Parts: sequence; C-alpha cells; structure tokens
Amino acid sequence: MDRSILEGDPHSVLESMIIAGFAIGANQGYIYVRAEYPIAVQRFSVAIKQAREYGLLGKNIFGTNFSFDVEVRLGAGAFVCGEETALLESIEGKRGQPRIKPPYPANAGLWGKPTLINNVETYANITRIILNGADWYSSIGTEGSKGTKVFALGGNVVNVGLVEVPMGTTLREIVYDIGGGIPNGRDFKAAQTGGPSGGCIPKEHLDTPIDYESLKQIGSMMGSGGLIIMDDTKCMVNLAKFYLSFTVDESCGKCTPCRIGTKRMLELLEKISGGEGTLEDVEKLEELANSIPKTAICGLGQSAPNPVLSTFKYFREEYLEHVQEKVCKTGECKALAKIQIHEDKCKGCGMCKRNCPVEAISGEPGKIHHIDETKCIKCGTCISVCPFHAIG
Amino acid sequence: MVNLVIDNKQVTVPEGTTVLEAARKVNIDIPTLCFLKEINEVGDCRMCIVEIEGRRGFCASCIQKVEEGMVVHTNSPAVISARRTILDLILSNHHRDCLTCVRNGNCELQALAEKLNITDVRYDGVKNEYEIDDKSPSIVRDFNKCILCRRCVATCNKVQNIGAISACQRGFASCVSTVGNESLNDVNCTFCGQCIESCPTGALHEKYSINEVWEKLRDENAYVVVQTAPAVRVALGEEFGMEIGTNVTGKMVTALKNLGFDKVFDTNTGADFTIMEEGTEFIKRLKEKDNLPMITSCSPGWVKFIEANYPENLPHLSSCKSPHEMFGALIKTYYAAKNKINPEKIYVVSVMPCIAKKYERQREEMKENGLYDVDCVITTRELARMIKQANIDFTNLEDSSFDDPMGEATGAGAIFGVTGGVMEAALRSVSEILTGKELEKIDFKEVRGQKGIRKATIEIGKDEIKVVVATGLSNAREIMEEIKQGKADYQFVEIMACPGGCIMGGGQPIKSSKIRATVNVQKKRADAMYTIDEKSKIRKSHENPVLKKIYKEYLGEPGGHLAHEILHTHYEAKPKYRILDNLN
Ligand code: SF4
Ligand code: SF4
Ligand code: SF4
Ligand code: FES
Repeated sequence: MDRSILEGDPHSVLESMIIAGFAIGANQGYIYVRAEYPIAVQRFSVAIKQAREYGLLGKNIFGTNFSFDVEVRLGAGAFVCGEETALLESIEGKRGQPRIKPPYPANAGLWGKPTLINNVETYANITRIILNGADWYSSIGTEGSKGTKVFALGGNVVNVGLVEVPMGTTLREIVYDIGGGIPNGRDFKAAQTGGPSGGCIPKEHLDTPIDYESLKQIGSMMGSGGLIIMDDTKCMVNLAKFYLSFTVDESCGKCTPCRIGTKRMLELLEKISGGEGTLEDVEKLEELANSIPKTAICGLGQSAPNPVLSTFKYFREEYLEHVQEKVCKTGECKALAKIQIHEDKCKGCGMCKRNCPVEAISGEPGKIHHIDETKCIKCGTCISVCPFHAIG
Repeated sequence: MVNLVIDNKQVTVPEGTTVLEAARKVNIDIPTLCFLKEINEVGDCRMCIVEIEGRRGFCASCIQKVEEGMVVHTNSPAVISARRTILDLILSNHHRDCLTCVRNGNCELQALAEKLNITDVRYDGVKNEYEIDDKSPSIVRDFNKCILCRRCVATCNKVQNIGAISACQRGFASCVSTVGNESLNDVNCTFCGQCIESCPTGALHEKYSINEVWEKLRDENAYVVVQTAPAVRVALGEEFGMEIGTNVTGKMVTALKNLGFDKVFDTNTGADFTIMEEGTEFIKRLKEKDNLPMITSCSPGWVKFIEANYPENLPHLSSCKSPHEMFGALIKTYYAAKNKINPEKIYVVSVMPCIAKKYERQREEMKENGLYDVDCVITTRELARMIKQANIDFTNLEDSSFDDPMGEATGAGAIFGVTGGVMEAALRSVSEILTGKELEKIDFKEVRGQKGIRKATIEIGKDEIKVVVATGLSNAREIMEEIKQGKADYQFVEIMACPGGCIMGGGQPIKSSKIRATVNVQKKRADAMYTIDEKSKIRKSHENPVLKKIYKEYLGEPGGHLAHEILHTHYEAKPKYRILDNLN
C-alpha cells in the first residue's frame, strides 16, 4: 500500500516530509524505496523535481530561512531494511542490519544525527490532519487507534485489492462486506494480518475490531497492512512453514536466535509437514517459538515465530494430527495428505475425475466416485474443485 | 554513580557501565561469546542475556548500560534455559570435533558447553560446510568452526583498519569472508594474525609447521638450529598455566635442548645486529638528509602493509632484514663457515610470536646463496604444542642458557619485542655513536607505554631528533598519511603491525575475552621484557662482544659491503589484491 501511495499521490508524502522537516528543524530528508518499485521511484522523483520548481524544496523556502531538500535512496529489497535502524544503515551504504538501541534514531540516527523516521502511510496522513484538524482525524477510528488503515486484501476472498477502512472495522465486515466473502462457497478458516511477522486470526475472532490493541491481544499485529484470507482448504502447519521460510531467507544473520533459530524452526516444520515429525519436534518448535522473541535483537527476529505461535494457539490440533495421526486433512502437506471421497457428500458430478491430472479417480456419472490411492499424487486438485466439498 | 541490584546484590557503578561489567565487579560471572572489550561490543551472540525487571525480552548485558534502580537477574531459570537454547543453536551449526581441534582446551565455546552442562545438542539440522582456506603461508581459516561472533571482523577493521574480512551473505548463510570470497592469501590481509588472537574458537589459526620441524629433528643428516624471538620467553609459560608475563627463558632453552635441537640461539642477538645496521643506516640518512623519516622494517606484517598500501613511500623503509632473518643469514654464512658445516645441511627454525614471519621467511628476497635464511617459523603456541607433545614437564624444568658463540644478547635486543623497544634500543646506540659519549640515562621512557602513537623529541648532543612510535596498523596508517601528505617532521619512525608490539603478536598464547577485559596482558608482558633489559649485564647493542667479534672476524663495518649483502634486502611495491593478478 505504501507503494500505491508513492505511485498515486507522491506529493502527499513529500509535503508532509517538508512539514516534518520544518517541525523538527531538519534540512535534509531521505525517502528509502525498494529498487523493485521503479514506478514509485520515478513518480516520487518527478514530485521532488516539481517541488523544487515551485520553490517548495531547496534553499530559503518561501523566503524564510528554512531550507530543506529530499533525496531518494534505493534499497535492494531486504525485508530487514524495514527495521528502522537497518534502514538507516542501508541508506548510509552499509550492510543492512539493525543497530543496537539505544541510541534511538531520535537521538542518533542517520549519519549519527537525530532523525525522524516514519512510514509512508504515516506521512500521507499528515497533510489531511493539518487541513482538517486533529478532531476530524480522531473522530475516525477507535479510542486507541485513530484514523483509517489501508489493507492489502488478498487470498481466498472474492474482491482482492487495497481497501481503506476506519480503524476498528471488524474482520467480518472486511471479509464479507468489502471482500464479498469466500469464493466457491467455502468456509472462512483464518486471516493472516501483518505479513510474515504477523499472526493468524481464526473464525472465532471474526468480530474482532481491527485496531492495534485488539490485534495484539489476539496474537497478531497490524504490521505492513497485509491481510490474507484463507478458506478451509488451507493447512495451518503449511501456512506457518510458508511464512517462516520467508523470514529465514530475510534474516540479516546478525544474532544467533534469528540466524540459526528460525532456520531450525523451519526445519522442524518441514519435518512435521513432511510426515516425519514427532511430538518431541512439536515441543522443540514451541520452545524455540517462545524463546526467540525474547532473545533476538530486532523486530524481524522477535516476530519471526508469530505465525507459529498463533497457529499453535488456534490450531494446535492440526500440529498434533500431523505428528500423531500422520495426516494433513487439507492435503496441503503432500506427504500426509489422505485424500478420500466422502460417500455421504459425493453426488457423482465427475468434476474431480475430469480434473485429476493422473486419472486416479473413477466412477460413473451420478454414482459415488473413488480414488485409487496407488495412483493419487496428492496434488489436492480434486479437493478444491469438488462443488460439494466431498473430498478431504 | 548509578545504583542497581544484580542477583540481590546492591551494586554502585559509574554511569555508562554495562550490566556485564557491573556484574563482574561483584564477582557475578555472565557467560559471553561475541564480546571483546572495546573492540566488539555489538550484542550479536545473545549469550550474555539477563533478565531486567520490567522489560519484555532479555537484554544483552555486554551492551546494556546500567540504569538507576535497575533490578537484574543473571541466573534465573528462564535466563539459564534461554541461554542454553542459544548455545544449543550455535552448536547445532558447528563442527564439534574438539578432540582434533587446535583450540581443544583453550576454546571459549568449548568452555561454555562445559559450563552450561551441554550433554547433547537438542537441535539438529543442516550445517554450513566450508572449504578450509589454507592457501597462505601464515593463516588458516576453517569456517566450519566459526560461530559468527565477528570478533575477527572488528579486529581487522577497527583495530587494524585493514578490512580484509567482513560479514557476507545473510540469514543462515551469513559468513565472514573476503572480497570475492578469495583466499586470505590473495587479498589485502597483512598476516598480522590479530584476528586469530581475537577468535574464541578454532576457526582461525596459524599454518602449522610443527611436523616439518619434527621431521628435521629426526633426520640425522640435518643440523637443526633454533632461535627464539625476544617476546616468546615472556609468554610461553602461559601455555603451561603460568602467570602472564612470567619470564621462562631458562626453561624454554632447556625444553628446546630436550626436543633435540642441535643449537639453541637467541634472536635477541639478531636484534642487536639489526640495531647496528639500522642505526648506521639512520646516521647516514640523517647526515645526508636522505629519505627521512626512516621507518623500521622488522615487522613483516607492517612491511606487507606498506608494500601494498604506500608503495610510493617505500624508500623511507630501512633496508634491514628483520632480526631473525639477519640471524638466520649469519648462521648459514659466518657460523657455517666457522664450524665447517655445509650450510645446505643447516635447518634454521625460528620460534616467533608472529604468523607474518611465516610469510616473510619464504619471500624470495630472504635468501643467501640460494638458501633461505630461515627454513621454518613456528609460533609460540606451536612451540608449546611441541613441548606438550614431547611430554616435557615444562614448569619443573631446570634453567639453561643459550648456546655460544651466538647466544649472548643485550637488554637492547630484548626490548625489541615490545612497542617502542626498537626505537629505544636504536636511540641508545645512535646517541652514543653520534656523540662519542656514554649516555647518562639509557632509558628512553618517552617512547614506552601503551598509547598507539607516541611522539617524542630526543636530544642527541646538541641536536634534536623527532621520533614517533606507532603500534597497530591503524596507527601505522595514520603516520603514513602524515608522511604521504608531507606533514611529518620526524626523522625516525618505529612501526609494529601488532598493537603492543611482538609481545601481543598473532602467534602468542590466546587469551580469552574475559582475561582481556580484566587483565592488562600487554602491560604484564611488557614489564617482563623491561625487567629482562634492566637485569642484563650489557644494555646497548653496540657493546655486545659477540657483535664486535663477528664484525671484526667476518662482516667488516656495520653497513659495509658484506653486511649489506647478508643483512639487508630490498622491499618493493606489491599488489594489494593478488586476485587481480589471478584474473589477468
Ligand atoms: S572450536 Fe572449540 S568447540 Fe569447536 S571443535 Fe574446536 S575446541 Fe571444539
Ligand atoms: S591477519 Fe590481520 S589483516 Fe589479515 S584478516 Fe586477520 S586481522 Fe585482518
Ligand atoms: S572466525 Fe572466529 S572470531 Fe571470526 S567470526 Fe568466526 S568465530 Fe568469531
Ligand atoms: S551478545 Fe553479549 S556476549 Fe554476545
């Protein structure tokens, strides 16, 4: 969503940066953008150029003795550079890894100077707040979380895309009213907020208002504003594995818990999802998931176990099924997929038979179909195409 | 002052103290791994975590500063178990072959495993596998033992200002590497070995030469001569549990004789030769105002550094070989002729506090009549290993003395091993030679000490000369920048690559982070050197009777033709990165 702001309205961010510079007495601003977002970079650069032409940037703005300029710095796309001090290191041309805090950026930030560092979305709000007043802004949202929040809604939901909602909107409203519900008549299983550092929210919390405090309370976080919806064909062990593999790749490698700990967690998840897991592995996984948040240096490491912790919290039985019964009910963990057709639900429509890539399914139209386990490669196609949810 | 409570003990310490230091003050030990006082205070390994009341997670005590009213628990069950998990994780990515590891018995990781009662490693999984880099003559990197504490990186970058190594890659693949992941042999490494001294594990060590020495000792046809550098004798004892800075000269000589060396000589005598030659060279340059300041050339890591980084300033470098090279050359010429030994049969072993000497000895310039001046260099640590291997009860050995006729050395030769020592030894001789008068006070305390750069103005007769002593390569770089920019008004410069001089060389016994933080190792070893000097009968190189005799019988004048041929060499510009050569 930050990208869309930079692409769609770079001036709002630029203007706020100038105001912020004025407020704290800074003369230089930097905007750190991933090089993979060339349109954002280009449009923001144009905005800077225009601002200079209008005399909004540069020496003695509007004849005052306030001078301010902004420079674009390109990042190479490391996730950890979203951590404020790693971002500062990267701007300085160093290896993107977090600094020891204190000192905090407000005391010694970029080039050792006091630095104000904020997200694009935060800046984008500033001009509106100044124009319309603080009362207007705080009239939107909840007691603790004011204003609106943009989410990147995705996953198993009918309408995907960016949505802006007042803080405090419930997850149900986002999923069903704005998102148009779950496609193919499937059931909502969980939503992942906050990207790989966030956690999942299960069905029983669909009516949780989305704001900073409530999300934290149920073990997730707002994070970057990612909101991925999952239907009941999704395996939570697999989900945790997916998110963790991302953090493992993105760890900067500075501290032991994050560098080695997340890797070991991922290996344990792979073992569990690969059908080799034991109860002891689940214990070890939980141990690491509880210990790393307390021992890692920066937010990336501290929050890396969140997907595991939250799936443990809400879907522990799935882990146990994986290691004790050796089954992954959704079939997403291929090694543990037990794909069978429930005779009470099968209407003999033949969708599964037509879509099976290895012709493992047989059955006469209108009659109950069967899967030949020796041929089945557990790809899960049949599960998702069956209109009557008869396979699983 | 700040008041806090650590494990129920009331502690009062100055502001800015870390929790780790505060705890140590009241004898509470917190395990550390990546911490190296004033060099690597980064909080990476998380071994030193403690619980601070009111904080969410644990804090790394090595970087956490004390705060008024803080309540710290260093050993709560939660801390102990989190620490154990961290160590487990480190060990899960470590080649745990302690039995065959160079650091067996002196490894901070191993010690922690013992302390934290590690009886099994709870996590298994893939381990990073690295090829061992043993291409260089001096240093070996075995990154299968690396725990990524980055003490070496901080040492190479901050202490030495070389930047040969740095953290590369990220996540689990993170490693310490060189530019282009090339061998240390082919990059800007100076072979100072300071990274080895900083490494808590067996990931970095010298290239071993012990087996070659054993082989020669077994070879009846070989005439195996050993010489020991000044700094070895004040540190060797540490490898046998003796107090830091114990002078073990007598025991060391006995041990070397027991090991079977044919002759045991003293490099201090070589150092006396260096003073005669360097002093003479200096007097000549001073008179002719030629290439001043003159800079010492006895530290091979430093020589490698200037050849690669300041080639345009090479004429400032003295043309002298280093003491052990001079001495090796004399053994293979003068001594061989005098004792009618075929120099080809002589095998000269130098015991050095240094790993750069291993590189130096195989330089093509260090040859006489086609023979290397020195055939093998072993470090102080390697000598200790040989002594242990031979089952010699070192601490209970009787004393014995170096062999004649080349065993006599002066106090001036002895202090070569400490920063400022070469300068002081040279000043003693240069003053007396120039003025023709005996010095009233032969201690030049102004060039002694632990500061990285020490400047002084010395009166010699009616004249004054300006000198500077720099120790450690970052300080060396500072002086070289002055010289390069024409801002230096010194006449004589002493530079040693290792901070503190040879006593703190890359081949010396390795001290743990805790000892380095709590004991002034440099001072203890230096004091021992100065005591040797004070107790010496002769304390000026030019008064050494051995030298007088050899100059008279063989070499002729100091700085004369034959002396130049045998005791001097030439240094030349060398590429900083040999990989570039490899590419061409
Ligand atoms: S580095 Fe230490 S722990 Fe590792 S193998 Fe060597 S002695 Fe053992
Ligand atoms: S030997 Fe010296 S120069 Fe080489 S890597 Fe180690 S510290 Fe750096
Ligand atoms: S080589 Fe040694 S000092 Fe360097 S990071 Fe590895 S363990 Fe630490
Ligand atoms: S984090 Fe303190 S010793 Fe490594």
